[in-house]
Amino acid sequence: MISLVPRKDISLALTVMTPVIAITLTLVVGAIIFATLGYDPLQALYQFFVAPVSRPDQVANLFVKACPLIIIASGLVFCYRANVWNIGAEGQLILGAVFSGYVALTFSDLPGWAMMPLMVFAGALGGLLWAMIPALLKTRFNTNEILVSLMLTYVAALFIDWIVRGPWRDPMSFGFPLTKMYEDAALISRIEFPGIGYLGQLHWGVVGALMLALGAWVVLARMLVGFQVKVMGFAPRAGRFAGCSPAFVTVMVLGISGAAAGVAGMVEVSANIGQLQPDISFGYGFTAIIVAFLARLNPLAVIGAGLVVALAELGGDSAQIALGMPKVVTGVFKGILLFMLLAGETFNRFHVEIRLPRSAKAKQTGG
Amino acid sequence: MKARPRANTSKDSGKKTVVAPSAHHMPLLNASGIIKRFNDFTANDDVSFSIYEGEIHALLGENGAGKSTFVKLVYGLIQPDAGVFEWRGDPVTITGPQQARDMGIGMVFQHFSLFQALTVAENIQLALPGGEPLASLSDRVRRISGEYGIGVDPDARVHNLSVGQQQRVEIMRCLLQNPSLLIMDEPTSVLTPQEAEQLFEVLRRFSDSGMAILFISHKLDEIRALSSRATVLRRGINVGTVDTDTRSARQLAEMMVGETVGYVARETPPADGDILLEISNLSRPRPTQFGTPLRDISLKARRGEILGIAGIAGNGQDELMEALIGEWRGKSNGVISLEGIDISHAGPALRRNAGIGFIPEERNGHGAVPAMSLAYNNLLTSHSLAGAVKNGVINDDAMRHAAADVATAFDVRLPNENPLASALSGGNLQKFVVGREIAKSPSVLIVSQPTWGVDVGAAMFIRAAMLDLAGKGSAVVMISQDLEEVFMIAHRIAVLYDGHLSAAIDATDLTAEKVGLLMGGSAASEALET
Repeated sequence: MISLVPRKDISLALTVMTPVIAITLTLVVGAIIFATLGYDPLQALYQFFVAPVSRPDQVANLFVKACPLIIIASGLVFCYRANVWNIGAEGQLILGAVFSGYVALTFSDLPGWAMMPLMVFAGALGGLLWAMIPALLKTRFNTNEILVSLMLTYVAALFIDWIVRGPWRDPMSFGFPLTKMYEDAALISRIEFPGIGYLGQLHWGVVGALMLALGAWVVLARMLVGFQVKVMGFAPRAGRFAGCSPAFVTVMVLGISGAAAGVAGMVEVSANIGQLQPDISFGYGFTAIIVAFLARLNPLAVIGAGLVVALAELGGDSAQIALGMPKVVTGVFKGILLFMLLAGETFNRFHVEIRLPRSAKAKQTGG
Repeated sequence: MKARPRANTSKDSGKKTVVAPSAHHMPLLNASGIIKRFNDFTANDDVSFSIYEGEIHALLGENGAGKSTFVKLVYGLIQPDAGVFEWRGDPVTITGPQQARDMGIGMVFQHFSLFQALTVAENIQLALPGGEPLASLSDRVRRISGEYGIGVDPDARVHNLSVGQQQRVEIMRCLLQNPSLLIMDEPTSVLTPQEAEQLFEVLRRFSDSGMAILFISHKLDEIRALSSRATVLRRGINVGTVDTDTRSARQLAEMMVGETVGYVARETPPADGDILLEISNLSRPRPTQFGTPLRDISLKARRGEILGIAGIAGNGQDELMEALIGEWRGKSNGVISLEGIDISHAGPALRRNAGIGFIPEERNGHGAVPAMSLAYNNLLTSHSLAGAVKNGVINDDAMRHAAADVATAFDVRLPNENPLASALSGGNLQKFVVGREIAKSPSVLIVSQPTWGVDVGAAMFIRAAMLDLAGKGSAVVMISQDLEEVFMIAHRIAVLYDGHLSAAIDATDLTAEKVGLLMGGSAASEALET
């Protein structure tokens, strides 16, 4: 029988080395796969890991790519810590984009100082309200939030599709499913470094994302609200004993993660796209789930995990462009990377115990 | 002290007088040098003894002494690391419960595994191999039931049966496989004294028919009443196998504990202290299909007293505790008031602020969070009090100090400065959970099963701490299934039966027999006249 037994003492050195070992193993396994498929392994690995970050502006773009992942995962951490399984961040992201898009398109005359906060608020509200559907169904009727939140993602995707083809379509778009471009006040500007100028697409939303992750960490680690979330996750009965309502926590964490996903949708559109269109996200809401777990549900680690996952995404793009590698191969490689990181994390916390079957053991002791 | 518990099991009438089997008899089961380790912990350390046919053999020891480990080894649920079992003289490796049953070993667990919605016969049929038709099975159940006077009706639905009857269904399940050795894990822990006596009658008849019984208990009186020999385990070590006739209960206790057993001194409560906690006409519908409804419960707890609420598990203790903590709050079903102020609609945090401390039965996951540090476990019941949280930010230092102070004051042994609750042993964690509440000097302390699963030393410490709190002018309401404990420290005793709470009576006017009758559901007046 093989079982995972929690380690009693987790060594610091091993904790630091775990990602290094995991990435080394990824490189080895990846190289073998690339070689078998007829690609130069060194070239392929270069495209994956070095090419996307070989210039400062590319590093900046890595942060841009990680930005929505960090925002969403910072919110999801609350849900998963409380044992509430919000799988529908993608849909909440879309609703955030639609709500903030409504502000941008309807009140297009607003000055920037009023427009930005209002759009952030609208984005958060959109995601929050969408997350309230699984929250209320769960607390009222004990439905499964995994199913409801996941299914609502498809509803959200069809909703934005309809809205940009129908009521909100720009009459001047020549029939394309696009809204009007946002006014400048509704766009998140790029960061201008004195003496250097712009660095890639690096925008103020990235700064916001980092602050959000930091804020999430403070709330979770230092504040009573975060404590209640953790208690509910560890021992719901102890949470009730402490005087905290499970329904309240469920609604709260779904609200927080929905709002975060909504803000991510707003940032993604305002910083990178500039108008609403049928596809505004590349599965960020789903990828962020991996980011949250890669970070072991720690909001500060979410930043690093977001960057790693973003690198895998950009590396995949770069390998596709430079080497003509099929998308499925880059997908496999990304999968191996995440698998190795999560496996390394698991083996860091647990050790494997293999017990001989009873008959074999009996023979040993008997003989 | 007149109210010293005297379970009626100590009656000598009907006691089996089996002479200690002589050496030339072949033992039914012989254990020699049994060792079982769990990681660094040695649960059984070189345990050796024999059980003979027709013998009622008690396995005696404190919680955690290794009794359950040993019977699990005999029943094949776990495998020994060293040592040999011999069955009728032949060495055997018992690889699993199926083999144990085939050999002729039956086991009745402390916790039953019956499907509540099925009939007795259906439950038994599910447990037996071979798929015997219900009709013939029911006949066999009736016949065996008559033969031994067990009184099990094969057509009854399990959820209509009392705990004692359910236990007999479990016994019947074993009997149908004709065991030569029946293992019973703490069979009386869920029974009233009267039900226990009935069980003993049945067990004696089994033993007369040649069946051996290995009987786990830590209750000395019943061991002396029922068994001829006892093997005492202490911290996994076999302290000795003795004839129960030659030892007093106190001598057995000292073998079990390894030190002179102490008793807590109970002082007389001040007469007519102020009423601190009053419950009037509290009712609650049954929370789950197999839960117990609370029926019109009223009680008054006075300053300076410990009010004991006795009763067998499953008679509404959990439901009452939830209502008292405020985890469950009714719309208009009765009133709970603290020093005259209605707190029926306040949640747990408000009730704590008002000055009530709560200690639930289950420490892991209810009273404490195993995966969190002691400082955070202190926060669990302090977050609504002054100094714990400022502007939503937790005062970590204050919580750490408070936890450390509790540990010092209540002799909680810590592996490091601020360990996870899961790193503490059961007794240590219970001392922490109790200390955490008492340290706040609550005017009312409501506690359920304060010493469940705790070693004797820690149990005495906890009882002394509760007496001390009452002595300082608080009221303590103690729900406990341990009758000995209730008699030891409670000033007044009420009994919870099927969701009804009897009137509280001065402990000095009560005997274990009377409380036992109330625990079995007799009306108060009737019980007091007997």
